[in-house]
Amino acid sequence: MNADIVVNITNLNKSFGDNHVLRGIDLQVQRGEVVCIIGPSGSGKSTLLRCVNMLEMPTAGTVVVLGRELTDIDCDLDETRAHIGMVFQQFNLFPHMTALENVCVAQRKVLKRSAGEAATIAHDLLARVGLVEKDNAYPAQLSGGQQQRVAIARALAMNPDVMLFDEATSALDPELIGEVLQVMQSLAQEGMTMLVVTHEMGFAKGVADRVVFMDGGVIVEQGPPSQVISAPVEERTRAFLSSVLNH
Amino acid sequence: MAISKRKKAQYRRIAVYVLSVIALLVMVLVVDWGRLQNAMFQWDIVVEQFPDILTGAAKNTIIFTILGFAGGLSFGLLFALMRLSTVRPYRWFAATYIEIFRGIPLLVTLLILGFGIPIATGWRWPNPYLQGAVPLALVASAYMAETIRAGIEAVPKGQMEAARSLGMSYSRAMITIIIPQALRIIVPPLTNEFVLLIKDTSLISVLGVTAGTRDLARFGRDGVNSTANATPLIVAGLVYLAMTVPLTQLVAWMERREKAVSR
Repeated sequence: MNADIVVNITNLNKSFGDNHVLRGIDLQVQRGEVVCIIGPSGSGKSTLLRCVNMLEMPTAGTVVVLGRELTDIDCDLDETRAHIGMVFQQFNLFPHMTALENVCVAQRKVLKRSAGEAATIAHDLLARVGLVEKDNAYPAQLSGGQQQRVAIARALAMNPDVMLFDEATSALDPELIGEVLQVMQSLAQEGMTMLVVTHEMGFAKGVADRVVFMDGGVIVEQGPPSQVISAPVEERTRAFLSSVLNH
Repeated sequence: MAISKRKKAQYRRIAVYVLSVIALLVMVLVVDWGRLQNAMFQWDIVVEQFPDILTGAAKNTIIFTILGFAGGLSFGLLFALMRLSTVRPYRWFAATYIEIFRGIPLLVTLLILGFGIPIATGWRWPNPYLQGAVPLALVASAYMAETIRAGIEAVPKGQMEAARSLGMSYSRAMITIIIPQALRIIVPPLTNEFVLLIKDTSLISVLGVTAGTRDLARFGRDGVNSTANATPLIVAGLVYLAMTVPLTQLVAWMERREKAVSR
């Protein structure tokens, strides 16, 4: 078992009733690697991401994260999920808690850190994502971009080994996308292992080590962005890229 | 010649006002007010009701209501969580319980549990308050379970997903993230439930409680028997209103505020 493989997905299948969403996905992510998953809506990319921390239970296949086989019935999912950060399209901040409490709550309840320690870490992380003096703001008082950065800080507070981004900028107003992408880019530069489902081709091109193009529940093409985005081999990839880039 | 729609609406409104005033006048003239007051509102009998109606009867009504509400809320939460469980037998049990206790009139439940069970088993209720409050709580829990379940389901799915993605267990996420948000949603309907319980305690009087544990309605009925006059019931009704109206107004205020916030 190679210790540098953080995520190892083998022959992953997922059906919702008759709808066969994932049709045999094989994907490995190395430590420190930034992998962007692109593809048309309905291609199964979000489902794939949600299978990595078992928010969706795969129908068949294996998912191994950090050497733990999540698809094994004996695996402690809660323990493993604490090592996998996730950022959602709709932010999903806890609306009844302040920004600081959002970042503290799992540190306290899952990692059992003391209140003081959790608050110090949370305060530093909020500063790191560019939110100073917002500790006591409630999510409703923050802009979408600010909320998403709190959500990133909340995930980082668990010291995750890998971060999953599920269309993290898709719900944002155009002028707020940049501030979130900037935080994601600096995370990538610090060596975080990242699996990013995105429609931001500029981000994929500039930050990803590898781009995975999905369509119809399978991986159609993958490789460095210089290849997949700039010089795609497959016809489906080309069709998708031209539809995305030409407007 | 046609009248315009707005003109027609205006005439209609004037007609309603005129009819209302006429109806009011007829009532005032036809009703024998002296006789009515004599039978239902004799001031000396009103005065007689105090302070016992407050220190005894109203206190008992409040004790029954609070016991019923506390029990109903705890079991209601339990049944709501069972209804939402992935374990099928839990769902079946909770659904059956809710159907049974919402489907049987409270009066019948009170008689079965208050009289039927002791007669059938020889077991005696250890406390007259419990004899009334336990059936009340069992029925209330069935209604509250549905209210709480709706509240929990109204919390967006992403909240549970975010909590689980941070490594929280299902129960930890429920306690820390979901239930606090659900409670905020269900405080107005639960307050309504509280008002209904205040009124439902009046049915407990069928259990033939002792003088020390009789509630407002029983106090009023006993007053009717001893005075041969309906005044005690009217006073009891007014005491109920003194308890329920502030609560319904509170609910209305909470709902107005909620509307203002969500706008």
